[in-house]
Amino acid sequence: MDGIYLDNNATTQVDPEVVEKMLPYFTEQFGNPSSMHQFGNKVGFAIKKAREQVQSLLGAAYDSEIVFTSCGTESDSTAIMSALKAYPKRKEIITTVIEHPAVLELCKHLEKEDYTVHYLKVDEKGRLDLGQYQKLLSPEVAIVSVMWANNETGSLFPVVEMAEMAHAAGVLFHTDAVQAVGKVPIDLKTTKIDMLSLSGHKLHAPKGIGVLYLKRGTRFRPLLRGGHQERGRRAGTENAPAIVGLGVACELAAKHMAFEQSEVKALRDRLQQGILDAVPHCFVTGDPSNRLPNTLNVAFEYIEGEAILMLLNKDGIAASSGSACTSGSLEPSHVMRAMGIPFTAAHGTVRFSLSRFNTPEEIDKVVAVVPGVVAKLRKLSPYWGENGPVANPETAFAPAYA
Amino acid sequence: MWDYSETVKDHFFNPRNAGEVASANATGDVGSISCGDALRLQLKVNPETEIIEDAGFQTFGCGSAIASSSALTEMIKGKTLDEALKVTNQDIADFLQGLPPEKMHCSVMGREALQAAIADYRGEVWRDDHEEGELICKCFAVDAVMIEDTIRANGLKTVEDVTNYTKAGGGCSSCHEGIEEILGKVLAEQGLEFDPEARAWPEPIPSETIPAPTAGKLTNLQRIKKIEEVIAAVRPTLQADRGDIELIDVQGNQVLVHLVGACAGCQMAGLTLGGVQQQMMEALGEFIHVVPVAKKTAPVGVSVRG
Repeated sequence: MDGIYLDNNATTQVDPEVVEKMLPYFTEQFGNPSSMHQFGNKVGFAIKKAREQVQSLLGAAYDSEIVFTSCGTESDSTAIMSALKAYPKRKEIITTVIEHPAVLELCKHLEKEDYTVHYLKVDEKGRLDLGQYQKLLSPEVAIVSVMWANNETGSLFPVVEMAEMAHAAGVLFHTDAVQAVGKVPIDLKTTKIDMLSLSGHKLHAPKGIGVLYLKRGTRFRPLLRGGHQERGRRAGTENAPAIVGLGVACELAAKHMAFEQSEVKALRDRLQQGILDAVPHCFVTGDPSNRLPNTLNVAFEYIEGEAILMLLNKDGIAASSGSACTSGSLEPSHVMRAMGIPFTAAHGTVRFSLSRFNTPEEIDKVVAVVPGVVAKLRKLSPYWGENGPVANPETAFAPAYA
Repeated sequence: MWDYSETVKDHFFNPRNAGEVASANATGDVGSISCGDALRLQLKVNPETEIIEDAGFQTFGCGSAIASSSALTEMIKGKTLDEALKVTNQDIADFLQGLPPEKMHCSVMGREALQAAIADYRGEVWRDDHEEGELICKCFAVDAVMIEDTIRANGLKTVEDVTNYTKAGGGCSSCHEGIEEILGKVLAEQGLEFDPEARAWPEPIPSETIPAPTAGKLTNLQRIKKIEEVIAAVRPTLQADRGDIELIDVQGNQVLVHLVGACAGCQMAGLTLGGVQQQMMEALGEFIHVVPVAKKTAPVGVSVRG
């Protein structure tokens, strides 16, 4: 498909090599890995290899610490629910206000079941106050769940340090690392992280496969009980083709890690500079000095994100937005609101997320297109005058029922 | 991506009447910047004839907000103020060949901008009486505020009640958890507790009347007469919603009916049939299964078998 794909934090294209390695597991290698005969045996060995490939990318001490699941959300739910079941007397959870809905909505639901959830606040750049975190750690807390990298801004949280602090307080630590795995180096055996979630389709593996890393010795209660698959920690027949695909994708991610950190980052920076130079009244959200190498989130003031995306899409450019309209909710992105970004800018945030498949030519095309898109919408905006925002925009246009 | 109609896309990519109107004498500013949609509508009204000679808009909002604004200006130009006031939000949505349920509020905003601008022209104060909540039922575009107000005003107690009064929850049913939550909240205010086992209208029939083996007491003719009476009683309600129901056949305890007009394909059809079935069971005192069927080409008289 033609077009410029800059929405890799939503999902990625499956690497052609991954597809190729998966195909036999839809055809001749169809056996159930639990079976004794030759049909199942080979599939079992393929899954073993994939487990080692994932282990290697994560820097896990043992391959048995890798539990295959169906997606990142399942891994998150498994981790949090396991801690609550394993430590039934502990009724508190610590997380952050800018987590992914996979964690946030589960926590909101658990509040209805009388758990107390502490949501760590962030500052204007999306950074945490570790002093506040330290004060909340107590024997009442069953689990801390903090994302490694934010999906909207790409900002990184100091999860390795936070896991040490949790460990010192005797509290389990889980991190949703679906955006970080494959983009930043990870070495779990040297950390105190007890559980980690990853999602295959964020790193050029297919959708429908995830992993829960479970440090050896961590008290665990499965979400799905049944067969003995994954050593009884996640029952259900293995999704063999996807597991094989994820293994290959992890190996490729390790191979491209340096490229991600240098070339992809350089393209992202080129895009950022190009947009900031050409478009007035826009700014980068999050913490530009501490973020994923592939992510750029820009707030275009006085216009709305869905409209921006529709115009970009017309030019073949795919990105995403934190506006209320793109999600069908009544509020702009909770991440932008948590950082105190005003409504007139939060609705106009656009996330460009790159991958190793993007080219400099594509980036230059985007830099050429964006200024015209923004100008066209600003011409329609009641906040925008001839050559810039109207004077005192918030009072010049103050609609009824604001 | 939203499933926007070609007309919506056209009005978004090529908005009509965008920008300020020179010598405008009416302005309406409505919307909510927190929700991300706000609109300024300007009109040039001929003071002699009250005809809208020109209309223009400036909109901060998504694709459908801009398209709704553009459509509105096209629809009202050349109309008198009184004629323009007859434009409903549904008219705007229809003009655009429909809007996704999540986006219907964009057409509401257009209608309100028009009211506000006309009030401004007439020197009146326009007050918005519309509060919008989180969208709960996506099938029928019903929001939380609407559900909450309706529960409170009518003392509703069950999800079925809410569906009967607001349509919310009558489609795919995936919002029932959300409706139960709102019920729980409102009932708690009244010191009550939401009871998931409670049954809504129609009143549960006392168990002794359900499959009481009275079939032998009624002749087939009597049974069909009663079935026809029930059908006749529900038709006016369905006709009011531009639908209808027709009795096709009675086979044992199966009553075959044909849904007509708006009822056919309506997501509430299942609920409607459930109500009819319940009434028939009460009338006949035996178990009845109402089955919707497509109409046969050769119309047959009511026949009774078995």
